[in-house]
Amino acid sequence: MAVEKFPVEAGHIMMFARSVGDANPIYADENYAKTTETGGIIAPPTFIQASSQYDPDASLRPKIGQKWFGSGAKPSGSNAPTEESLAGDAGGTSGGGTGLHGGQHYTYHRNMKPGDILTAVSKPGQRWEKESKRAGKLIFSESITEYSDQNGELVVTARSVGIQTERVVDQG
Amino acid sequence: MSLKATDINVGDEHAEVIVNDLSRTQLVQYAGTSGDYNPLHTDELFAQEIGGYPTVFAHGMLTMGMTGKMLTNWVGDGRLKTFGLDFRTQVWPGDTLTATAIVSEIIEEDGEQVVKADVTTSNQNGQVVAIGYASARLD
Repeated sequence: MAVEKFPVEAGHIMMFARSVGDANPIYADENYAKTTETGGIIAPPTFIQASSQYDPDASLRPKIGQKWFGSGAKPSGSNAPTEESLAGDAGGTSGGGTGLHGGQHYTYHRNMKPGDILTAVSKPGQRWEKESKRAGKLIFSESITEYSDQNGELVVTARSVGIQTERVVDQG
Repeated sequence: MSLKATDINVGDEHAEVIVNDLSRTQLVQYAGTSGDYNPLHTDELFAQEIGGYPTVFAHGMLTMGMTGKMLTNWVGDGRLKTFGLDFRTQVWPGDTLTATAIVSEIIEEDGEQVVKADVTTSNQNGQVVAIGYASARLD
């Protein structure tokens, strides 16, 4: 994933906090936030994940004018992202198996806040395989992403672990 | 309000119910804010007929986002230094999740008091859905 410009906006923070069920006013009420230690609205800990909204190549967002792999009248699936294009993304389906998000790890260098303009640069991390009873061979691949602000200062470092399964995870 | 080093001890536990009867609408809501529109999370036809799953399931990052709410309620706003989770099994519509942090260490780091905690999120059956860690600055 590469994001040239992720403008952190108050409205987006408010909606993101709602979507994770977090009613904390520090994410929505500027007057309240001013009275706290942070001195203003900040973003919730996992907000940086929403940077994919600003990734022109994000494979898990429908693109105008392009075929989407979700259902219309019928389930499609024919246009699913491949494993390679999913590095750093959370999920997807290809072949008989499934791309799953195995884990996510953040190191926070400072709080994200409205007005920040972040840039993300990703590089591949380690890659390993494991056998599992529930889904056959699992291929793990890491992606390390550094998010920096408009002054070049590091804001968040993220390590994402993707898992490509050989088959659908057995629910038994 | 932030947590004070003098107020906590290794082994202390903080737990919160982070979602009760998870709705399919919340999955749609999270897709919209995060930008992860993977149909496995919102498209029943796709999840069943293409994905081979019994129904749609939650984004791992939704579970992590809700778990983060427990952490910030506990340590205070803007105090986290690290937060990581491994997703162990799927979270389904209808699930009720409880997130728990247990103090593993209280250390001094970069001239500050820092709490390290083991973090676990479990469903209504006691099954662990996500497990990891967090650390945060203390007063």
